[in-house]
This record gives sequence, C-alpha cells and structure tokens, in this order.
Amino acid sequence: MELNAKIPPGPLKDKWSFYKDHAKLVNPANRKKLEVIVVGTGLAGSAAAASLAEMGYKVKSFCFQDSARRAHSVAAQGGVNAAKNYKNDGDSVYRMFYDTIKGGDFRSREANVYRLAECSAQLIDQAVAQGVPFGREYGGYLNNRSFGGVQVSRTFYARGQTGQQLLLGAYQALMRQAAAKTVTLYTRHEMLDLVLVDGKARGIIVRNLDTGEIERHTANTVILATGGFGKIYYLSTLAMGCNASAIWRAHKKGAFMACPSWTQVHPTSLPQSGDYQSKLTLMSESLRNDGRIWVPLKPEEKRKPNDIPEDERDYYLERRYPAFGNLAPRDISSRAAKERIDAGFGVGPQLNAVYLDFSKAIKEQGKEKIKEKYGNLFAMYRKITDTDAYSEPMMISPAAHFSMGGLWVDYELMTTIPGLFALGEANFADHGANRLGANSLLQACVDGYFVAPYTVSNYLAGEIHAEKPDAEAQEFIDAEIGVRAHLGKLLAINGTKTADHYHKTLGKLLYDYCGLSRSKDGLLYAIDEIKKLREDFYEQLKVPGTEEEMNGELEKAGRISDYLEVAELMCQDALTREESCGAHFREEYQTPEGEALRNDEAFCFVSAWQWQGEDKEERLVPEPLHFENVELTVRSYK
Amino acid sequence: MKSTFSTLMRKTLMALTGLFLCFFLVIHLLGNLQLLLPAVQAKESFNGYSQLLSGNIFIKIISYVLYTSLIVHCLDALVITLKNRKTAGKYAVDQRGASSKWYSRNMGILGTLILIFLVFHFKDFWYQYKFGALPTDEYGHKDLYTIVIAAYQDWWYVLFYVLSMFALGYHLLHGFFSAARSLGVYHPKYVSWIRIFGRGYSYAITAGFAIIPIYIYLTQHVSWN
Amino acid sequence: MKINLKIWRQTDAGSPGRLVDYELDHVIPHMSFLEMMDTLNEQLILSGDRPVEFDHDCREGICGQCGMMINGRAHGPIPHLTTCQLHMREFKDGDTIYVEPFRGKGFPVKRDLRVDRSAFDRIIMAGGFISVNTGQAPEANGIPVSHEHAESAFDSAACIGCGACVATCKNSSAALFTSAKIAHLAKLPQGKIESRKRVLSMVEQMDIEAFGHCTNTEACEVECPQDISVLNIARMNWEYTLSKVLK
Repeated sequence: MELNAKIPPGPLKDKWSFYKDHAKLVNPANRKKLEVIVVGTGLAGSAAAASLAEMGYKVKSFCFQDSARRAHSVAAQGGVNAAKNYKNDGDSVYRMFYDTIKGGDFRSREANVYRLAECSAQLIDQAVAQGVPFGREYGGYLNNRSFGGVQVSRTFYARGQTGQQLLLGAYQALMRQAAAKTVTLYTRHEMLDLVLVDGKARGIIVRNLDTGEIERHTANTVILATGGFGKIYYLSTLAMGCNASAIWRAHKKGAFMACPSWTQVHPTSLPQSGDYQSKLTLMSESLRNDGRIWVPLKPEEKRKPNDIPEDERDYYLERRYPAFGNLAPRDISSRAAKERIDAGFGVGPQLNAVYLDFSKAIKEQGKEKIKEKYGNLFAMYRKITDTDAYSEPMMISPAAHFSMGGLWVDYELMTTIPGLFALGEANFADHGANRLGANSLLQACVDGYFVAPYTVSNYLAGEIHAEKPDAEAQEFIDAEIGVRAHLGKLLAINGTKTADHYHKTLGKLLYDYCGLSRSKDGLLYAIDEIKKLREDFYEQLKVPGTEEEMNGELEKAGRISDYLEVAELMCQDALTREESCGAHFREEYQTPEGEALRNDEAFCFVSAWQWQGEDKEERLVPEPLHFENVELTVRSYK
Repeated sequence: MKSTFSTLMRKTLMALTGLFLCFFLVIHLLGNLQLLLPAVQAKESFNGYSQLLSGNIFIKIISYVLYTSLIVHCLDALVITLKNRKTAGKYAVDQRGASSKWYSRNMGILGTLILIFLVFHFKDFWYQYKFGALPTDEYGHKDLYTIVIAAYQDWWYVLFYVLSMFALGYHLLHGFFSAARSLGVYHPKYVSWIRIFGRGYSYAITAGFAIIPIYIYLTQHVSWN
Repeated sequence: MKINLKIWRQTDAGSPGRLVDYELDHVIPHMSFLEMMDTLNEQLILSGDRPVEFDHDCREGICGQCGMMINGRAHGPIPHLTTCQLHMREFKDGDTIYVEPFRGKGFPVKRDLRVDRSAFDRIIMAGGFISVNTGQAPEANGIPVSHEHAESAFDSAACIGCGACVATCKNSSAALFTSAKIAHLAKLPQGKIESRKRVLSMVEQMDIEAFGHCTNTEACEVECPQDISVLNIARMNWEYTLSKVLK
C-alpha cells in the first residue's frame, strides 16, 4: 500500500484555501442525519465535537474522565503560539511555519505545518470570543511572550494555565451544544475497540467505567482525539489516565502508526524520589532564563550543593553550547543532562538529577526580582520537595512529555482507515521529530476548530446515501465479543503482580533504552525484554474484581496490555531509523562532538507502520517527505 | 427541587429583613441611651420618648414593617435551615470548622437565642406598655422608665440580658456583612469598608445594649431597696 | 513511618458504607497522599482484597479530578491545595488518618471515595458559556479588555471544578463554583451580553441539583485549591438580583 497524503495542488500558501474551496459540502438538512463519534474531550476533541455540532451534525462525545473538562490539555502551562505579529517584530505565517518545521528537525510535512501556522491567528480570535482571559497589556490589547528560543514574541498566555483556559473555552462550547442536544456526552466511557463495516470506520465499542457495561455506538465517522501516550514511560509529566488504547486498537484494525518512538523529553521536571513515585511534575521551562544548570565535577559527590566551590562545578550546558548555554532547546538540554547523570555525576538521593541554580541571578538581580518572576514556581517547588530554592539550587531531571508520533494521517487528518480521523496529539502530523514550545495547544485547537469541520464534512458528503450503520451488524457483535474476551482474559490470569508493577518495569526499560538516547544493541535488548515482560504479564498479572462493575485495576490492566505492544513498536521504529533527528538520538549517529547526525539522504521520510497480526513484525511503509519551500539545514546551538 | 423562590432570593430576603432590623437596633439603642442620664432626667426624657413613638402614624407604619421583618426573618431562616439540612453532607470525622468562624456556622442557634430573649423582652416591656396597666408619671406619660428600672433589679435578669446581647453581637458580626454579601456588594474596596463598619456596628450595639442594664443595676440598685 | 487509615468503603450509591481500618508500615514522608493510597492499593490487591476506588488523574493540581475529605477537611489539612499535592510529610509517624469522600446531596457517592460531580457539568450546560460558534469570532484585538479586567476574569476562571467548595460547605452549597463562572464571563465584554440570562438559568440549575444555600461562612475560599474569592459569590448575587429586577 502506497501512502497518499492528499496534499492539495498549488503553491504552499494557497493549498489550504484551495482545499477549502474544493471540499465537498453537506446540505444542512442532511447534516442532522449524519452521526459523528468523537473520542476524547481535550482541546482537539471538544473543539471538533462542538464545531461539528454547531454545523448541525449529530455528535456523540466520549471521555474516560468524570467530566469533559478534565482532559490533560488542562495541564499545559506556557502558552499558545500564533502568527499575529502584534509585537511588530517581523513575525509572519511563513516565519512561524519555518520555525516549526526547523524545530521539528525537518521531519514533518510542509503543507500541514503551513496550515497550522496559517490557522493560528484565527484560533486566538476564537478563544478570545469564547472568553479565554489571555494576558493583556494596560491598553487592553493582547500581550505576548517569547518562548522556545525563537526570535519573535508570538506566544499568547493566560498566566501559567493557558491549557486550562483554552480547554475551558472548548469545554464550554461543548457543553453549550450538549444543552442544545446536538451533542450527547458519555463521560467515564472508555473506547475499547473500533468497528469497521465494509472497510470504513462505523462505530466503537466502549465500556462504561462506572457500571462495567459494554456498549456499542454507531456513527458515520469516528474521530479519535485521545491525546499522547508518553505515560507509557510510567514516570512522565502526563496524567495517570493518559493512554494509547484507542489509537492502538484502531491501529490493530488497520490504521497506520507513524513514528511512535518520537517522544519529547522535557528537561525541567522534578526528579524521581522513590519507587513509589507515580508522576513527575513539570517546572516551567522559563526557569532556564535565569537558572544555571550544573553538576559536580567529582562523581558521587557527597557535599551539599552550597558547599561545593565554584571551580568544582561543571556548568555543562554553558561548556558545550556557549552560544545558547542554559537556553539550549529541550531535546539538547535533556540529552546533556542524561549524559552527565549516566556518567555518574547525577545529584540527589537517587543520583538522578542536576542542579538548577539561581544564586548568580539572585546575587545580580536581587531576591525580590527573582521572586517576582518565578515566585509561584518556587512556591510549587517548596510544596512538593519542602526545599527553599532561594537558598539552595533546585534539583531537576528530564521527564517524558509529548508524543510527536501517533496515528498516521493525511492532509485531511484521516487515517489509513476511511472515515477514521485522528486529531491533536493522537496523530502524527505537524511537529516532526521535535515539538516547539507552545505549539501543542495550537495544533490541538487548529485540528479541532478549523481543520476537522472541513475535512470531516468532505468525507461525510459521501456518506449521505450510505446505509445507516447498524449496531446489530455482525461486525459490532464480533468486536464486542473480542472486547469481552480480552477483559475476561485479563481477569482470569489471577497471578501475583499488579498492573502497576508491569507499567513501572516497562517504563524503566523504555526510558533506559528507547528514551533520550538509543542504540541498536539497547533497542534489540529492549525488544527482547518487552516480549518477555508481555509473556509474564499474561501469566502473572493480578486484577481483582469483575468486569461488571467499576474496576480501576481492570482499566489500568487494559491500558498496560496495549502499552506492552506499543512499546515494542516504538523500539522497532527507533531501531529502523538509523539517524539522529530531533528527539530521536541514536548513539551510533552522532558527530565527534556528540551532536545529533541527521541523514537526509536515507531517512527523509515518515515511518508509518502497518499491523500484521499478533506476534508478527509490523511492516514499515515510508512516506517520503518533500521539501520545496525550505532548505534542509543542520540545527546548531554551539 | 425547583421552587418559586431560589436559594438566592431567600438569602436576599434574609438580608433585607436583617438590615432593616439592624437599622431598628440603632434607633432603639439611641432611645435607650437616655436611660444612662441622671435618674430624674432619664425618667422624663425616656417616658416622653416612648409616648412620642407610640403616637406617631409614621412610626406606627414603621413598627408594622418591623414586626413583619422580624417574622419573615425568622420564618425564612427556618426554611433555609431546614433545606440546608437536607442538602448538607455529613462526615464521620468533621474538622471543617477549621476553615470558618464558629458564629458564621451557628447563625440559626444564635438567632434562636435572640428569639427566646425577644419573647421575654416583649413580655416585660412591649406588652406591658401596650396592654398592661401602667402608672403615669408627672407629665402624664406612661411610666415605662419605672418598669425598666424595676426589671433590672435582679442580677440574673441582668445577666440573661447581657448574655443575650452577646448572642446578638455575634449574630450581627456575621449577619451585617453577610447581608451586604447577599445583596451583592462585590467591589473589594467597599467590601472591606463594610466589613470594618459591620464590626464596629456590632461592637457598638452589643456594648450599648449590654451597658444599660449593668449601669442601672450598679447605680440604681441600692436606692430601690 | 507507620500510618493508620480509616477509609470509607461503599459498594455503590444504593448501599450503606462504613469506615474500614488499614495499616501501612512503610510510608515515606516524600510520598504524595495519593502515592500512599497507591501503596495501600498494591497491598490490598496482592492480599486478594478489593482496592480503594478514588478519583485522580493529572496529579499536579490542575485537572480537578482528585478530592477526598482527609481528617474532616476537604483536600486535607493544608489550605489551597488539592489532594494530589498533599504530601505525607504533613503527618506524623503513628497518625490515624480518616479518609472520606466529598459529600453533599448534589454529590452522590459512586463507590468508595469516588463521587458523581456531574451536577457541575449541568450547571455549566445551563449557561456557563459564551454563545459563539466556530468561525464567528471577530479579530481578537477588536475587543480591548483592560489589564485589570482580564486579570480579574482570570482569577474567577481559574476554578478547576474539584468540588472542595461543596464538600467543605456546611450546607453543601455550590455557590462558589457557580459564581466563579458567572463572574468570569460577566467581567468580560464578550460575555456581558448574555449575562442576565446566564445568571438566572445557572442559578436555577444549581438549585435543581440540590445544593444548599450559601450562608457566607467563607470556608470554601479557604479550601479552594485555586484560591477563588468569595467575592465571586457577591458578584453572582448582584447579577442575579439585577436580572430578576430588570427581567
């Protein structure tokens, strides 16, 4: 099967207009006959569900949380980028497009990225109209900050809770439609399988997490907006419930997965303090503007940080990247930290952290100034660690954060299954091998508000005369049987280890061998270990309770059973990509100075993976990337 | 649970009636302060004032508003309390009190204490004045003054009166600002003014009403025995 | 350290619940409260018992999903904190901790410590939004909003919908939650247009959901993880009276 990204013809800047001008429309009278299922109520899901419902489609919206407002978009702190050029600093759609494609290390599609930048301005308008309280200047106009090492200020923000405020805007739009009865909400429902009829996505099987009931839901199209799966590393900045189950089960029904190994690791998270730990809290990246990162020069240093004299400290980022120093991009900073920690210079009780030191900034600018800039972050640090970062350095460490990979989608955000769309972090599309700060909220919103309404309508135009999906069709019955069998299997094992045990073990394995840096030997070892772990999982797992009731452990076990398969594909993906690009760093492919070595000759493509069946190796289908508007350069931060 | 009156309307009614009662307390206290004058002067002044209040048509209307406010305030409170009891969550271990003032949580009890006090208060003075056979003073006014002085001869009555004034004080301490809140004063500047004013008002009313019986007990006790 | 737990166990909304005793021997002060609960559950599962169901997701204090009454206080003994941000260092070796679900007639218990807070969603459905469709929005800077108004609107909008306000209210009133949304939207010019209709229908829904009267004890503000001000309630009262009078 050849992958066709369906990029519209014409010059880059006219492609989206061309698409919109030529996309098929659905008559308003026909829209209410067409049903749309949206799984996930984060920014992409809520935005798409609300927008499609406003247009008149019949929408069913699903989420596993107890309210649509709790999806993990809520946790994004920094902001959302838009090429408004309000600062008159020379920003433009093209510049934003270029920054994004370069930031992604030239591993994303030009046309998609350009559309992202093009729709960004419209998103700010939409959010403001919804009542999102973005930061404002004293004149009443919107304010911007600079983010992620770009030369312009294009980031809009609502204090440190931009994600929350954007999500509430989308959630409220969704609730408005729910009140109008154009959307039916199914909270505490988890999608367990996708149903295909005649090769098209026609519905889903879900489990009501409060009662354990299995339900069939039919539709003319299914949209997955189920977010990222960085939680596969167990310790991550993601919410406990984030999972890959929806996209993975769609993958097993024929949707290709693209570049699943590309996971962004955030450099400034709090380190793990013990085996019991469930979550790594993110500290805003802005701290690196004034904090200096260092480790002791002597391995296994026992002295307290303040007792280590200046000449016995290694400010490794300043040493290795004099031009950017402590502000080097996320992937580079994270990798440099891991390099020092692995070499035995890590600090803290677990020797797994590096220092982020504000003493110089406090000396130069005064404590008050630092307090004014980062007071809330220092307070949060104190809350979690009980340490005063004004008097001794913070300890930080890298943590898994964002999945650039996901379901492969074409320009219309449709997967390889007709009628199945993937939006937001659940898809692979716009970020390439590394995501720029403040682009994730943007992508989720643009997919949901501005892309899906056109592309989904274009698809539905062909569905008006299609047979109405029937929940009693054999395909639905079979899918439900499959789902029940899987749940029954998990419950029947009755072994001696909890689901969390497997999750932790898997997470550690992935972090060590398919995390910040990867090697052929490591990946082969990991694949082997994952297979063993999976076997052990089906022999030794213990899930209490039954499937006909609320059962949190059963939910976890189901998600981990999928993670155990995703993990193998991630390693496979990392193994076959014999280059280093963005978040993907292969130890064999680096410059003598230890920097990433991209190979545009052989790997300028998206790795899309096709499921071949249980215990069979997946098939790699490359989608070549064509760059007609930008020149491929090397990212250098020296 | 949809009903004609919303929770907010019931609270608005509490606020309006409560504030009217607050206003009345000021007038009442101002009148009563005459009792602190030297005995002869106090008698003349206080009895004259009482006569004035009972004769005036304007005052009469106000008094009906007052009775209505009192009754509505009590009934509304009863409805609110009963409804709240139905909605409230109950815990095996409850330390929620740590996050609010005790008197703000016990307005119903404080209000009930005040109501009990009012029964005695009305019986002893209001009823006597309206329907009792009162002697007249040398100016031909009903001699309420003598009744009041006589009442405060017993230490336990004084104590009961003073304690009731503390109940009233705490009731006002929460009630005054709470009324402003229910009526929707939301500007932080005025909210803090009202808080300060409300506190001062509550202290003044409590102190004013409590001092009178104590003063009378201490200064006129001996002369009557 | 050693911790004694008394945790509310209840099979479903229909059955009665009770406090059950548990002991945990190896609690580490750096653990978060929920990680302590994870440890307990691990122990329960391995010994063949049913683990304690509790709500949680982001574990960084923003999703609003977690929430328990810990020793009789919503989200535990520290003000302005979610349960997931509470750490075991706030307790002493040998302490007994009572854990109960958030309660109130509007918040029925689903199982153990999980409660049904869908009433909040229905209150938002009643009008907690600005009626703008995708595509209708004018240029963002076309509606200037003063810095102070934007900041003040943010203060109200920061509510995470955890329900601690209801849980800690002696009347189980949802006034703080409802008013925060009413105030957030009323403070912005784009939200003002519908504010009269909004306040009436949201308050009506709040009452239908069986939440109690607000008696201004202000306990909600103390327990609110986002420090939402009780002045939002004043704002709601003002908007409500105005809307009733001018209707």
